Amino acid sequence: MDLTLKIWRQNGPQEKGEMKTYPISGVEEDMSFLEMLDYLNDQLINEGIEPVVFDHDCREGICGMCSLFINGEAHGPGRKVTTCQLHMREFKSGDTIYIEPFRAKAFPIIKDLMVDRSSFDRIQRAGGYISVNTSGNTIDANAIPVPKQNADKAFDAATCIGCGACVATCKNSSAMLFASAKISQFSLLPQGQPEAKERVLNMVHQMDLEGFGNCTNTGACEVECPKGISLENIARMNRDYLFASLSSNK
Amino acid sequence: MATTSKGLFGSSLARKYWMAVSGLFLCSFLVGHLLGNLQLFVSGEEGKLAFNEYGHFMTTFPVVKILSYVTYGAIFLHTVDGIMLALQNRAARPVGYVKEKQSANASWASRKMALLGTLTLFFIVVHMKSFWYEMHYGALGLDANGNKDLWTLTVTAFEQWWYAAFYVVAITGLAFHLSHGAQSAFQTLGVNHPRYTPIIKKTMTALAWLIPAGFVAVAVFLYVVQPGQNL
Repeated sequence: MDLTLKIWRQNGPQEKGEMKTYPISGVEEDMSFLEMLDYLNDQLINEGIEPVVFDHDCREGICGMCSLFINGEAHGPGRKVTTCQLHMREFKSGDTIYIEPFRAKAFPIIKDLMVDRSSFDRIQRAGGYISVNTSGNTIDANAIPVPKQNADKAFDAATCIGCGACVATCKNSSAMLFASAKISQFSLLPQGQPEAKERVLNMVHQMDLEGFGNCTNTGACEVECPKGISLENIARMNRDYLFASLSSNK
Repeated sequence: MATTSKGLFGSSLARKYWMAVSGLFLCSFLVGHLLGNLQLFVSGEEGKLAFNEYGHFMTTFPVVKILSYVTYGAIFLHTVDGIMLALQNRAARPVGYVKEKQSANASWASRKMALLGTLTLFFIVVHMKSFWYEMHYGALGLDANGNKDLWTLTVTAFEQWWYAAFYVVAITGLAFHLSHGAQSAFQTLGVNHPRYTPIIKKTMTALAWLIPAGFVAVAVFLYVVQPGQNL
């Protein structure tokens, strides 16, 4: 395959970036999108050009490290796939492919296509955990009955890999789908109840502090989420926050 | 865990609650407004007297007066809150994409709520100048029963093609605004249920198109029939 790649190049967080064009040939359709970028970088290194910086780790679609806004969509065309699971057979020879970093004030660019998503970590730290007694008499998690339906929904929410496609896709750069998944995975389980109110209040507060936008309920995040996290989680967060605000002690 | 929260004032979710609550109230106002407008389908002296009697009632009955102040408040809240949300949303992405396929994952109306809301606000200002201001502060003649002749003011306004056309365009914009807003307000308030949400979505979407269709029908009727010329 012969392709024309238009890639965002930016030297550092404060530098000015621009789209640069790289023609590439010999791309095989069995390559993953990231392998195609590896292949490009090999060529760039041989030509003495600085390779393109991009995030990646497991390349199995479960770590949430790969990102990229490809041809106007987070993780590119196709549904419920991460960029590492996107294959070049989705494109055809002669195509021009636009590759841009995830865009949000809360995701500052580190270099080229790599963005800093530690704002997600700070949201998690604000309440995305439960307190468990580990002093020698830890209770077996399975000793507490959990309704099957709730266990399934909590698991679905917990499959969020925190890649940030929801933020990148949202016209408002809102992190509601991520935050609501991380809140729901605990609020649906008995183990999450003692801190339920504080959790939703604190995590939403941290999300606001990070500079993410608001939710317009366009539903774009749900469509582009590689793990199919449902908007139902946002509704749950909305009502949990409402009740927590009305009934918290502070 | 120590709690830090702006609660029901100032947080991102709270701003959306206020948008949803004020928006749903304004939807109920539209239903009432439309029911009043339907009287304009009755032409002639009989329709004129009845409509002016209704206009007198709507501007003097205390309960309606209180409701009207709540409506002004809801419009103000919806506007100011909407502007603040739009500014925050814009600030959340200082550098945009070179290529963005927004239509791939979201409806047009849901992506253009601020634009459609601005159009609606502009319409409200023009609309209130045309009728509300004239009814309260203008020099309207009196009908046979001694009521202010709001009917003649209304029907003659819609006999002008450009006024009717502007009205239809603005109400169409409102229809798109409602097509997203009316049903999504429930999601904002936390209602998402496998049995009830599909019903809510269908009902609110139907209302979002039927209410504006009613307003447009009255406007088109007045333009076509020109009841003011036949009296």
